[in-house]
Amino acid sequence: MPDTMMTWQGVAPAIPEIYLVAAICVILLVDVFAGQTRRSLTPTLTLVALAGGAAATVHYAAVTQRLVLFNGMYVADELAYVLKLAGFLVVAVGLLYSRDYLEERGILRGEYYVLTLTALLGIFVLVSANSMLTVYIGVELLALSVYALSAFDRESGVAAESAMKYFVLGAIASGALLYGMSMIYGMTGTLDLQALATLLHDPPNLGVIVGLVFIVVAIAFKLGAVPFHMWLPDVYQGTPTSVTLFIGTAPKIAYFALTLRLLAQGLGGTSVEWSQMLGALAVLTLVVGNLVAIVQTNLKRMLAYSTISNVGFIVLGFTAGTPGGYTAALYYTLIYILVALGSFGVILIASRKGFEADHLDHYKGLYKRDPLLALVMMMLMFSTAGVPPFVGFWAKLRIFQALWETNHFWLVVVAAAMSVVGAFYYLRVIKLMYFDAPPAEYPPPQHSAGVRMALGINAAAVLLLGILPGPLLDLCARLIR
Amino acid sequence: MPDLLSLLIWLPILAGVLVLLLGERNVALGRWIALAASVATLLLCLPVLSHFDSSSAALQLPVKLAWIPRFNACYALGVDGISLPLVVLTAFITIPVVIAAWTVIEARAAQYYAAFLIMEGLMIGVFCATDALLFYFFWEAMLIPMFLIIGIWGGPRRVYATIKFFLYTFLGSVFMLTALIYMYVKAGDYSIASFQALPLTLTEQRWIFFAFFAAFAVKVPMWPVHTWLPDAHVEAPTGGSVVLAAIMLKMGGYGFLRFNLPITPDASRELDLFVIALSLIAVVYIGFVALVQQDMKKLIAYSSIAHMGFVTLGAFVVYEIVRNTGALQGAGMGMDGAMVQMISHGLVSGALFLCVGVLYDRVHSRQIADYGGVINTMPIFAAFMVLFALANTGLPGTSGFVGEFLVILASFKASFWYSLLAATTLILGAGYTLWLVKRVVFGPVANAKVAALTDLNGREFAVLAALAIAVLLIGAWPAPLLKIMQPTIHHLVDQAVASKIPL
Repeated sequence: MPDTMMTWQGVAPAIPEIYLVAAICVILLVDVFAGQTRRSLTPTLTLVALAGGAAATVHYAAVTQRLVLFNGMYVADELAYVLKLAGFLVVAVGLLYSRDYLEERGILRGEYYVLTLTALLGIFVLVSANSMLTVYIGVELLALSVYALSAFDRESGVAAESAMKYFVLGAIASGALLYGMSMIYGMTGTLDLQALATLLHDPPNLGVIVGLVFIVVAIAFKLGAVPFHMWLPDVYQGTPTSVTLFIGTAPKIAYFALTLRLLAQGLGGTSVEWSQMLGALAVLTLVVGNLVAIVQTNLKRMLAYSTISNVGFIVLGFTAGTPGGYTAALYYTLIYILVALGSFGVILIASRKGFEADHLDHYKGLYKRDPLLALVMMMLMFSTAGVPPFVGFWAKLRIFQALWETNHFWLVVVAAAMSVVGAFYYLRVIKLMYFDAPPAEYPPPQHSAGVRMALGINAAAVLLLGILPGPLLDLCARLIR
Repeated sequence: MPDLLSLLIWLPILAGVLVLLLGERNVALGRWIALAASVATLLLCLPVLSHFDSSSAALQLPVKLAWIPRFNACYALGVDGISLPLVVLTAFITIPVVIAAWTVIEARAAQYYAAFLIMEGLMIGVFCATDALLFYFFWEAMLIPMFLIIGIWGGPRRVYATIKFFLYTFLGSVFMLTALIYMYVKAGDYSIASFQALPLTLTEQRWIFFAFFAAFAVKVPMWPVHTWLPDAHVEAPTGGSVVLAAIMLKMGGYGFLRFNLPITPDASRELDLFVIALSLIAVVYIGFVALVQQDMKKLIAYSSIAHMGFVTLGAFVVYEIVRNTGALQGAGMGMDGAMVQMISHGLVSGALFLCVGVLYDRVHSRQIADYGGVINTMPIFAAFMVLFALANTGLPGTSGFVGEFLVILASFKASFWYSLLAATTLILGAGYTLWLVKRVVFGPVANAKVAALTDLNGREFAVLAALAIAVLLIGAWPAPLLKIMQPTIHHLVDQAVASKIPL
């Protein structure tokens, strides 16, 4: 074992997790004592804690080479470092967008913030996992926090139903993951992902393949790939929009890391097998996600199917099975999160007390009522459709490139055709906002200037990264190597 | 020397953003800014023309800056004999569009001007880009303003028309993108020149040819993927129709010349009959379709498809000529004709759509049946309309004649039957255009609305007069235009007939 001693050098890379645990305890206590009288304390404190966490991560946990710590359970590399910083940022922006929404619905409670932070902790654990046990702990910590968040609005029957659905199906997926891991462990005798990488060779024996199938199923469920996507539209539609925003953004970082660490790194020796499975999943996901999205009338549900189709692209990146493909998947994931953050932010800001702006018709003539919101939404929709000069174009381009490099001709054709289908329903949102007349009875949405400015910055990032995509592309390539 | 091409691209875009930021409250100021920016863009073409060496086929005024080092993609610009005339056309056409909207567009006027200015910059970018990724970037980005222009300021079925327009074009473009990425993976960078130099097997060339064909045939548009055009034209506001017909369609023709012929020469040689057949169908069949139209804009839209058939015919007839004569001498005549036809059609169809706009602003109908005897109340307008109609039929002395004549002459060298079918346009084109003029302009005053018409105001007169001068100038003296194009087209013919199949 390289480092069994608990020295400062052996602990420092785990500062983000340690800090987060401490912050969760403090916030929990502060919330109890602040009580109902000073409600704005917890949200503010959480944002401060997230900013402090990012600062502490930059200061203590910046690594340049790969370090394996805690008896091989934990890995600290540049990828984990950057993904954790992204996690802090995404969660902070999400909470900023959600604050007014939570207050208007009377669910602005300390527990909401604490659960969000424990979910973030789960994400961090996953991102740095180097053993199948750590992977499982991260997955469960994240999943349990999110189940509770989904049911957070306990007055709402729909939210309870979707949380239940999420929980039951999620438990099955966790079971599949655990079962698959136990099969692999039985065949190889190790839980360590690095050791697995050296032990497994092509062609693997039958036991390993069976274990692999279960693991791929679990990953497909977590990502929301067809045919394991059933939970996703219901959960997206049923939970409060602030929770949808959370589910739609930060956990994608973790599931990207899960796929990368487990399949690409740990089970890399069986890449021929899993890349075929992922190829089939990706095609199904792209076709079903895009086609079903067309008929949706609820914006949240439409964005859920849009998520599914985007997951199809991410899975395509992994299908390539090369560092180029993983880079493409990472880049796509980050861009997807940036755009999803903005899109759900628009829904949050367009909503008001007692009114959920989740139906497509609620966006009719948004241009007249709130030009900024409409402009932001238009940029985000064009970006997701993959039209330059917005950044979504580069994400798709990077995936196509990875597929060509590995000669996946038919996957390129399917992905290209499906991105045209996808364009249709994104255009429809723009059509509603810009071409249709607004109904008389909707008053203009009102929200604080700070939140609107954050949303504006979010959209500006989509444009700027679209015009100058170089630095982020370079960063992603460096992280995967 | 300052980077003139970048200035041509970014000046209108920045002016457009400025107009957008000034907003609807300052629309009077925005209007003047739009006019000033579009005139300044045209004036900037003058130093470009004076620096252009018309004896060279090389890309001139080159600019090359690192854009995405990881992909070896550059912000690379340059003009040659086929892109320069189109750049000037783009800069020229935007001015009438801005002036024509002056009092006509009332709703969201600042956004209207901003959209056209931004689109102008992006379209010039398409013609100037010498890096395929940059080309695609401008090519797709341009869809966004056009989508909004048709969707916001269009007619009753605007939503259907604009979504159809967007999806059709997007479908074609996405396949082009995949082809570009494929070649990048092989060549290692995105410069169009290295794609042109890249050896490709015949199978690869065939696939790439069809991927490009999907993008450009939709844009031209060729039969049978032309159906978005009549819808888009009918629903678009006047300015949108003008830009669509005058410039956007030319991008398809430009794409064939810049990408298909030099990058996939062997596939182009193999599939030339396929393209020629589709072009002749466009000329003949669409000519008949135009004959029966009841809507003026639709008629001109179909006439555009037929005229653009000449462009694709002229571009692809080169292989048959080389096969028949065995010499490269004169093989470029079809391409000369195609280029002149593009410029001429840009001016003539733009002018015709502006004429329809003039009538529509007064009567609010595009139906031919609602008019008759316009000459009695609008004599000056009638003179312009008749001139542009005659140019559309290819009357000698107008720009329409030069392009059609060169293409028919070239196709005669290829095959008697091609030229026979192509020449039917002289009858069909005259048929539908002159019949339109007869029913709208001539005869007794048809109804009270026509009787109440007032003739052109100064603004409209200036716009139509400028276009009329350009049409007559190119018709009477096409030599300078041909001279600019000549070396580039010679070079293009060499590229188009040289095999790229690796031995």
